[in-house]
Amino acid sequence: MRFRRNIRTVFVTVFVAIGAVLFLMPTVLTISNSFMASSEISANYGAMYSNMTNTEKTYIAEDVNLKFIPDKVTVDQYRAVLITSSDYLVKFWNSVRLTLPITLFQMLVAVLTSYGFARYPSKLKGIIFFAYIILMIMPYQVTLVPNYLVAKKFGLLNTRSAIILPAIFSPFSIFLLTKIMRRIPVSYVEAAKLDGAGELQILTRIYIPMCRNAIISIGMLVFIDYWNMVEQPLILMASDEAKALHPLSVFLSQINANDVGLAFAVGVVYMIPALLIFLYGEDYLVEGIVCSGGIKG
Amino acid sequence: MYYSLINNPVKKEYVGLENYRKIMHNTAFRKAAENTAFFSAVSVPLVIILSLGLAMLLEKKIPGRSIFRTFFLCPLMVPTASVVLVWQVLFHSHGTVNQVAEMFGGEPIDWLKSTKGQLVIILMFLWKNTGYSMILFMAALSGIPRDMIEVAELEGAGAWYQFVHIKLRYLSPTILFVLILSLINSFKIFREVYLLTGNYPYDKLYMLQHFMNNTFNKLDYQKLSAAAVLFAAVMIVIMAVLLLLENIFGKDVES
Repeated sequence: MRFRRNIRTVFVTVFVAIGAVLFLMPTVLTISNSFMASSEISANYGAMYSNMTNTEKTYIAEDVNLKFIPDKVTVDQYRAVLITSSDYLVKFWNSVRLTLPITLFQMLVAVLTSYGFARYPSKLKGIIFFAYIILMIMPYQVTLVPNYLVAKKFGLLNTRSAIILPAIFSPFSIFLLTKIMRRIPVSYVEAAKLDGAGELQILTRIYIPMCRNAIISIGMLVFIDYWNMVEQPLILMASDEAKALHPLSVFLSQINANDVGLAFAVGVVYMIPALLIFLYGEDYLVEGIVCSGGIKG
Repeated sequence: MYYSLINNPVKKEYVGLENYRKIMHNTAFRKAAENTAFFSAVSVPLVIILSLGLAMLLEKKIPGRSIFRTFFLCPLMVPTASVVLVWQVLFHSHGTVNQVAEMFGGEPIDWLKSTKGQLVIILMFLWKNTGYSMILFMAALSGIPRDMIEVAELEGAGAWYQFVHIKLRYLSPTILFVLILSLINSFKIFREVYLLTGNYPYDKLYMLQHFMNNTFNKLDYQKLSAAAVLFAAVMIVIMAVLLLLENIFGKDVES
């Protein structure tokens, strides 16, 4: 009996391990390939672009060879990305300047709004909350036209604000945070009131500390979502001058086509902030995810 | 919404449902809607099955659980744009997957430019979203009362019976939540498709969002608004059905 159980454990472990390795593969490949010299990259991956662009590149291999370990490890790619050409750093900085304000202000708005929803429930608010849920499930493209028209009216097109301002008022984080805040017992609030606490104190001393982990984890989710954004800049910053403000996520898809050698390194540079945040905050993230699913809206 | 009922932004004449009629006959729209519906219908159940299965495997006491959890959650935080090149290498016509397939005597396919393209997109979607749902299911599984399962074991219920009659019952709210979440995320797949193939991908990959972005670039507000309103209506209907289902299934567990 025990023997059989052991065999089963080994089997399950191996199975899960294979799955985990498969999940990790794309990330690891990107990182390992970023240390490859650009000649090696075009030798191995050049075939990919032979039918797309007919430039006079020399293709050594007909097939695309996926390589795990580069023949020669270099940091040339990184030098090119970080020092020689300023393009990538500028785009990277663009990403930061879009994503950071969005994340910070969205969390601020979400905390305040959720506090209102959770602490003073009313019939009208219930309806508004339901509208939020509906809005949340709408894909971005549905709200595209109104979004565009409003931005145009305020003269915000082709500026960063065109993306940042609508993004601050996102229903997703409000929805999650309200669900979590509703679980805070009323008795806490009453006790604080008896001790003479005002609204602001109730918010900062009870609600925020109790939801701290959830707030951090929602912040992480918001960050990664906007770090990844593609469709907003394509629409709202479409003019040629505004292209200089595009974040790296959009820009990456354009460099892939002609500068394969650098693309891996750029990808890694782009990945670093997200990965750091993930490794630092994984436990918060897990806890926040658990909170979000545990109770119903 | 208003724009969907008028004929053009300058004259602003009321044309009733004319725009809706036009869009229903638009082949690009119908193709895009078909593709999107197909994609969501396949990928969302797959995410649920895969993540539930993984969660149940990880629930068993195996060494290195937390490391595996990290591995599965990792793709959630990795920006798509960073790894898109690897996907391109894997699924290129001379790419890795085809080489492996040839080794076993299969026919090489140009994945992204064939009807199999959907498969690639579904894989990418699974890769990105399984971790999140898995965490949700793991939490829900650990929330099932132990004694329920013990009683069932005493009464001689097999593993399958336990799964269907006890675990699924308790998991139903989580399943619903994952369903909604995956549905939302499945509409974000446009990003991946765009990064992989640009604005005008192969037929089968032409999503509703491509249609909308491309119509937008042509400044055809009426068509776009009509499409958006239709899209929204379908989503609301789906939501309503889901909430109704939850009311039916979720009741007896809660008390």
